[in-house]
Amino acid sequence: MMNTAELLKRESFIELGARERARSLLDPGSFRELIGPFDRLTSPWLAAQGVVTQADDGVVVARGRIAGQPAVVLAIEGAYQGGSMGEVGGAKIAGALELAAEDNRRGIPTRAVILFETGGVRLQEANLGLAAIAEIHAAIADLRRYQPVIGIVAGTVGCFGGMSIAAGLCSYLIVTREARLGLNGPQVIEQEAGIEEYDSRDRPFIWSITGGEQRFASKLVDAYLEDDVGAMRASVHEFIRMGAPARHRSDREADFLACMERVDAAEQARPETVRAIYQKGL
Amino acid sequence: MEQLNFTFPALDPASGRALAGVVGSGDLEVLAEPGAAGTTTVSVTTSVTGMGRVWEAVLTRVLAATPLPATKIEINDFGATPGVVRMRIEQAFEELTGSGREA
Amino acid sequence: MAHETEISRGAAWLAALARDGATTGGAATVAGHPASVQVVDAALAGEPARFIAVVPDPRNPFPRARRGEVGLVEGWALARAVREVVAADTGTSRRRPIVAVIDVTSQAYGRREEAYGIHQALASAAAAYADARLAGHPVIGLIVGKAMSGALLAHGYQANRLIALDDPQVMVHAMGKAAAARVTLRSVEQLEALAEKIPPMAYDIASFARLGLLWRLLPVSRPDAPDAADIDRVERCLAEALDDIRADERRDLSSRLGQPDRRLSLEVRERLRAGWEA
Repeated sequence: MMNTAELLKRESFIELGARERARSLLDPGSFRELIGPFDRLTSPWLAAQGVVTQADDGVVVARGRIAGQPAVVLAIEGAYQGGSMGEVGGAKIAGALELAAEDNRRGIPTRAVILFETGGVRLQEANLGLAAIAEIHAAIADLRRYQPVIGIVAGTVGCFGGMSIAAGLCSYLIVTREARLGLNGPQVIEQEAGIEEYDSRDRPFIWSITGGEQRFASKLVDAYLEDDVGAMRASVHEFIRMGAPARHRSDREADFLACMERVDAAEQARPETVRAIYQKGL
Repeated sequence: MEQLNFTFPALDPASGRALAGVVGSGDLEVLAEPGAAGTTTVSVTTSVTGMGRVWEAVLTRVLAATPLPATKIEINDFGATPGVVRMRIEQAFEELTGSGREA
Repeated sequence: MAHETEISRGAAWLAALARDGATTGGAATVAGHPASVQVVDAALAGEPARFIAVVPDPRNPFPRARRGEVGLVEGWALARAVREVVAADTGTSRRRPIVAVIDVTSQAYGRREEAYGIHQALASAAAAYADARLAGHPVIGLIVGKAMSGALLAHGYQANRLIALDDPQVMVHAMGKAAAARVTLRSVEQLEALAEKIPPMAYDIASFARLGLLWRLLPVSRPDAPDAADIDRVERCLAEALDDIRADERRDLSSRLGQPDRRLSLEVRERLRAGWEA
């Protein structure tokens, strides 16, 4: 438990916008934005559909340093179009990760941090969003061979759709209690499978399945933090110091398949069973 | 979606540029850059149509009440209330005059 | 006309492409995988290759993954099927081609799936395909039916080259029409009208091809039950893809960039590169 003095010292990370989140993780004074809002590289696809665009397409690419080392932070603005991935924003993330991997091949140890606040593909750009997400996956898989790729789901949008797969590819994942991480959004599951299967309006139920605390207790993420800028920065530094893991979570298919054999699929899933199976098997 | 343009008398050009807000529900994004001496231009793109008079009234209150540096303002609006519009424009001007952090 | 004995397109094409090996005694269904993930080692252009398809399994223990969806077990099993090949070829000079035969209706939607982290299962599959490609295995995605959303991201979208059959039932998309209409607050008719003007929203494979994401769009006469001429045509195309990949030094997905309808994907990268160094 925190006392009042500690609470007052805390600076909320969740309340920051994407740009300020990125700035807060980089070493002071090192923030430099690429393709920023004044470059006005906006979504032509949204404009063609009569949707108001944001000047940065909802993605901030910030170069700088973390613990003195070259870094790039990719921050998604969840308040704009639900953090959805369109052509421009998706290409910003994929392209920056590709350049970071290229740096490493030239001996420059550039690291990447991705701030996920996203519902996944932007449906107004459908196939271009999906293609960009595949390229983000490809770029994470490439870069993490050299340096850890750190993913953060702070909240409050959470991380869903194809971008939850991107999160699953990261070397390390950091969440807060305001984070949710899952493939399919609650409404879509309810529509596809029925309210008995997934009641999208039952918030305690949704959080018990996909919430940050449950994901941490199930070993599907690596750190569970208070909503505090200092804690976030310290955790990023720690994972960078650890380097890329010998085996990424996404490479443990044998362990996960062994866990699946212990799942009684005839029964509906319960959060405590998930925790027990993964705590033992992972 | 609707596009609206306004001009207001102003002082010498602003220095630097500033950004405030996001294109989120009930919010807006303001981009402010130096304008031509003597004139502030405002270009509004809004998801809510038929509110030209309201915009004119709000912008007049914020931009014509006191003399301000000449600024080129772009607004991308997603249904902000007049109060939020005012707050975001003021934020942008604060950042401009406080020699904002944006490079 | 769907009935119980009908086999899926994915299964039909997997069987058809394993034909060569079968006559020479070289094709073998690889054991140790769930019934929903069929793995066949067979010849491609005269060399050993691995073919992988996700197929419907009415007896799948996970009820939301019985109709050809990519679910929890399918994601991790795909990863295993791919990584087996990568591990076996490590240290050898020739990396076996891997062909993902793609006919996947969707990812599995369910409580079990979310609870056990289906995103992590699909990430395993995507990582395995990407790592295989990076290790020098030619990876080809052959789209013979539906290639939807998360299911495609797990099974095929990491391929060096994508080939699709030119057929009305072949479809690549982020979300089914009905669901997409609900989410975007439009009618299906409005969505279809919009798709006429906005190529990335279209559901037909020709519009998808315009985006530059396909290497080839291939006409066949009997996409549900391929005849000998169809199989020949597809095999020739796979062989050409194999040559094209081997002749290309790049192991990334950059061959997908460059079409006018995807101009910004390239422009963003150029601008990032220009500003990368301070």
